[in-house]
Amino acid sequence: MKLNAHNFKENAAKALKDEDLQASLAKLGTGFPLKRLAAAARLPEFEALRDQARDIKDHTLRHLDFYLEKFECKVQETGGHVHWARDIEDGRKIVYDICESVGAKTVTKGKSMIGEEMAINEYLEEKGLIPVETDLGEYIIQLRNEPPSHIIAPAIHLRKSHVEEAFRKTHTELPPERNLDEPEDLLKEARAMLRKKFIAADVGITGANFMIAETGSTVIVTNEGNGDLTQTLPRVHIVLCSIEKMVPNLEDCATLLRVLARSATGQEQSVYTTFSTGPKQMDDPDGPDQFHVVILDNGRSRMLGHDTHDMLRCIRCSACINHCPVYQSVGGHAYGSIYPGPMGSVLTPAIYGLEQSCDLPNASTMCGKCEEVCPVRIPIPQMLRSWREKQWEDGPVPILQRLAMSVWAFWAVRPKAYHFGAKIKMRLLGLLGRKNGHFKSLLFSKAWTKSRDFPAPEGKTFQQLWSEKGGRRS
Amino acid sequence: MSGEEKNVGLFVTCLVDLFRPTVAFAAVKLMSEAGCSICVPERQTCCGQPAFNSGDRHDARKMAEMVIEEFEKFDYVVAPSGSCAAMIKKHYPELFSDQADWHKRALDLSRKTYELMSFLTDVLDVKEVETTLNRKVTYHDSCSGLRELGIKDQPRTLMNAVEGLDLVEGENAERCCGFGGTFCLKYSDISTRIADDKCDDILKTEADMVLGGDLGCLMNIAGRLTRRGETVEVRHVAEVLAGMCDDVAPISRKG
Ligand code: SF4
Repeated sequence: MKLNAHNFKENAAKALKDEDLQASLAKLGTGFPLKRLAAAARLPEFEALRDQARDIKDHTLRHLDFYLEKFECKVQETGGHVHWARDIEDGRKIVYDICESVGAKTVTKGKSMIGEEMAINEYLEEKGLIPVETDLGEYIIQLRNEPPSHIIAPAIHLRKSHVEEAFRKTHTELPPERNLDEPEDLLKEARAMLRKKFIAADVGITGANFMIAETGSTVIVTNEGNGDLTQTLPRVHIVLCSIEKMVPNLEDCATLLRVLARSATGQEQSVYTTFSTGPKQMDDPDGPDQFHVVILDNGRSRMLGHDTHDMLRCIRCSACINHCPVYQSVGGHAYGSIYPGPMGSVLTPAIYGLEQSCDLPNASTMCGKCEEVCPVRIPIPQMLRSWREKQWEDGPVPILQRLAMSVWAFWAVRPKAYHFGAKIKMRLLGLLGRKNGHFKSLLFSKAWTKSRDFPAPEGKTFQQLWSEKGGRRS
Repeated sequence: MSGEEKNVGLFVTCLVDLFRPTVAFAAVKLMSEAGCSICVPERQTCCGQPAFNSGDRHDARKMAEMVIEEFEKFDYVVAPSGSCAAMIKKHYPELFSDQADWHKRALDLSRKTYELMSFLTDVLDVKEVETTLNRKVTYHDSCSGLRELGIKDQPRTLMNAVEGLDLVEGENAERCCGFGGTFCLKYSDISTRIADDKCDDILKTEADMVLGGDLGCLMNIAGRLTRRGETVEVRHVAEVLAGMCDDVAPISRKG
């Protein structure tokens, strides 16, 4: 996907007026969070598991080079291949070369955020292949030719009518008078259409929630089972993942799985948890002939050991997104990045550069809800702040904003002058505002008074009153 | 209460100083009644949080140094705001992480700094307040106080001690009100949308008064409520606990 983060403000303004989107977001705002809460309440050791999950990821990141190499060895031992992709270009080329080497035409695809990051569908299409998304949400947005608006529920911004419209427009071989009123009808139709593609596919591409160094396995969790068909039916299975998806062993993977689904959808487990280890072996009844793992870096290794290091613990559960008041207000597309919400506002500048996404770290109230729910306890507000610091040091900060802060800071460290000025201003504002108790509009504060009354001050400052009363000063 | 008088420095906070001195007087009253001697240094303005959250570490440090110098002499430092108290308690040490001498002084200050409700209940062990308010009240948990300092039960313990006060919880009492310091100006439309959700949650409780512990959030909520023509009153919780509701009109309303 092409980054559109520099238009955050305009995107957000549009989103706030989009009634369909607002209706969808209202549902999300209560749906996932309440389910997560209930799932956590059912598991007494949930908080302890979060600590363990954090520690597992921290340990892995400290020894990432070791585990990546171990993983590569294990994959090779089982007959698979590991490919290292420094950036998006590398990754796309590797995927295409594999497809070309087997003369692939149709490529089925399970849900993969790394695939989105690489815009692999667009690339393969350009090269004359037919990529088909098999996750229902991804399939729908592929038909509509739009990016995902959420990392685990890519079509969450859409209503049923949008889906019906997309199906009627695309599935032209079906009778136009068919009934698509119920969600089940839509599901049935998608399933029937996708069945044909599964059978026709030469290559299946999936993502990976985890890579396991001990066994050389990759793991995906899905609720539709489409991932299994994507990876077992075609001759070639390509896994797209990024360096931080590593875990040392099966045991650790199990711990992370226990917090993943609970944090995401409030499920104990996703419906399908699938482990892939190498290609089809002699006595396997089925499976692909070739097994490839493409491991993408794309800026992540630069995060290691730096301010946003902890972000690499992220297991993409989306809890921070689901609970974010800003995301709940504007939805995913406003962020202009495939990674929306709090996690995206830390990750996007790291991947694409801060200049391209300077609004994102700022578009947060710093309410801390994201950190409160993150299963691996990533201090997201602190990382957003570290991006803001970078911006302040050498990035684009609006000149007026800089000026305002400097003026404020100048007076704030000169208390005598500050209190004197404050006394006069508050007296004036207090008098002017006495009639209503607030101002409907006020010079230089349109950003506030456009939608909110500005409360009038009492009139005298506390410092002034304390002096008048002869209160204790030392 | 132990016999010895505690020497408390009141960090007024810039918003309370400028807009709502009654909150500071309420704080003084509540702490004095619980056996504290309150001092208000004149050399104080802002804790530096707006600079800190804007990424302006340099200015944030300058303000923090002033606060440390002025307040380290007290037994306790108390602010009637979760967000300013959290700035001093949580972020000052972080701000000086690379300067050993200041870091130590920041840590020392951090240890004795409290938000008002937490100081009253956790340190002074106040359980009773002598005041009456026959109103249906709901409470907004401001984010910093709640998530950075764990302030949740403290104001409720004290509100429940007010005779006649009927506390009804909003379904989303813990959800951000959309203020976010400079966020409310930089992203005014989003901020308003979040504030609207908060207002709706408050109205759903059918309370006739909403209380909170942070003036920034309260001004945001009150400003949106009066703009929408709602009659719910907004006040800082300390005003109610100190029985000072008659001294000042609700926020954003005429007296
Ligand atoms: S940052 Fe935490 S809460 Fe957000 S997606 Fe990643 S793991 Fe989940």
